[in-house]
Amino acid sequence: MTPPLLSLRAAELTLGGRVLWSGVDLDVAPGEFVAVLGANGSGKTSLLKAILGQHRLSAGSATFLGEPLRHGDRRIGYVPQQRLADEGTPLRGRDLVGLGLDGHRWGVGWPSRARREKVDEVLDAVGAAHYARVPVASLSGGEQQRLRIGQALAGDPRLLLCDEPLLSLDLRAQGVVSELIDRTRRARDFGVLFVTHDVNPVLGMVDRVLYLAGRRFRVGTPDEVLRSDVLSELYDAPVDVVRARGRVIIVGAPDQTHAHEHEHDHGADLP
Amino acid sequence: MSALLTTDWWSTLFDFSDYGDLLQLLQNSVYAGILLGLVGGLIGVFVVQRDLAFAVHGISELSFAGAAAGLLLGIGVVAGSLVGSVVAAAIIGVLGARARERNSITAVLMPFGLGLGILCLALYPGRDANKFGLLTGQIVAVDDPRLGSLAVIAVVVLAGLAVVWRPLGFASVDAEVAAARGVPVRALSLVFMLLLALAVSVSVQIVGALLVLSILVTPAAAALRISASPVWVPVLSTAFAVVSLVGGILLALGASVPISPYVTTISFLIYLVCRLAGARRTVRRRERRLA
Repeated sequence: MTPPLLSLRAAELTLGGRVLWSGVDLDVAPGEFVAVLGANGSGKTSLLKAILGQHRLSAGSATFLGEPLRHGDRRIGYVPQQRLADEGTPLRGRDLVGLGLDGHRWGVGWPSRARREKVDEVLDAVGAAHYARVPVASLSGGEQQRLRIGQALAGDPRLLLCDEPLLSLDLRAQGVVSELIDRTRRARDFGVLFVTHDVNPVLGMVDRVLYLAGRRFRVGTPDEVLRSDVLSELYDAPVDVVRARGRVIIVGAPDQTHAHEHEHDHGADLP
Repeated sequence: MSALLTTDWWSTLFDFSDYGDLLQLLQNSVYAGILLGLVGGLIGVFVVQRDLAFAVHGISELSFAGAAAGLLLGIGVVAGSLVGSVVAAAIIGVLGARARERNSITAVLMPFGLGLGILCLALYPGRDANKFGLLTGQIVAVDDPRLGSLAVIAVVVLAGLAVVWRPLGFASVDAEVAAARGVPVRALSLVFMLLLALAVSVSVQIVGALLVLSILVTPAAAALRISASPVWVPVLSTAFAVVSLVGGILLALGASVPISPYVTTISFLIYLVCRLAGARRTVRRRERRLA
């Protein structure tokens, strides 16, 4: 077996005096797609921030490529929640990708042929070449998110962290963006940690699921974790996992927003 | 009668007799205008992106207070305005990491600075031309030592911007991803506030505290209306700022009113034209993308 990219051992995170999760053991292998699920406030985003070195674990250990996590490790790519860029942002599609390549370096950054070619290559890979010169603010959410993934790919990541990258995208764009992540992780063999409140858009792609709930967690394949008995035990409350038309609906998880969003998504999917 | 009044007005606003001689006399002012145009046009791009327009106004009022205090205490306008704006920028930078906090801190500092400045001017015994000029701008007072100190500050700002340009741009458009990529977002924000303070103190001495925004915000806002290129926006913004300043100085040369109305009017007209041009561009692009 290949050594893991990311390895958490008995990891615990406390923020503002509250334990978000503890005892988490998780390995992410190269090319593996792991979805991070859980209710709002269960610490999904904080897990990503911890891996980015922005939160310190309160207990346990975490290593990336065999070394302790550190702040600003550029071998880790990051795709944040989709947020429309403001009108008047001096950035075109290709500039957003370029920032992922060398935006962290000091100086003015003069254009060069090598840089242009690298950016073109990434734009082709994410299918964004035809809007490379359009201002980012006038692109749709799905188009922006493709560029974000391109921005992360430009840094040749070994691990890609995605924080709700499908949020507020329509169903078609959700499909396009998640397939893009799936395809590139296979082609480039990087691991993916994908935070989402709804597993359905990526259900057919994920290798494993990390489900966080009230300081506890479960790790396993979707079939192992997304089951009524497993989630009922995790939540300590009766939870029904219903599978219909290839989708998973979680009913009764003790979090209103969570249950509501699942119902809502399901409703939108019916023909 | 009304015709007479009109010519009177006109000759107050525009008087080009003895232009050549005056130009010789005010050569320093033109140089100062070019320097300030470079500084204001470039730093303005980040001011707009980082949503700091109101903070600029606040810093400039404290810079005015500092300059007025400098005049009163005899330490000089340049030193005083520098101290004032650096203190204000440090307070706003440290306490106002979030936009909402920043705005209220700025709003608290601004009237205090203005009041302090007015007090110092009231106590100042001389009838110095500087007195009113600190608020509304002046062109006559740029002597050689003053131009020298302005140039030093301008060079520091330009050099500082050149060093932090790329990561600062990254942090300005997307702080979250920039931080994940190891960009020291917080430190850059403080460095930028310091550079901004220096730029403001240069501006205050030329266009006056009340009108700093016309150089530090309007040209960049105009450029952002017509371009989204990270190369063209700073180039256009700088060109707009230099044209406003030098144009304003040249027009104001023979007139007996201060320089600022000329500078602010040119700057505003440029913005207006860019806004119209930008609106047409957006419509065309939308049509093309839908086609």
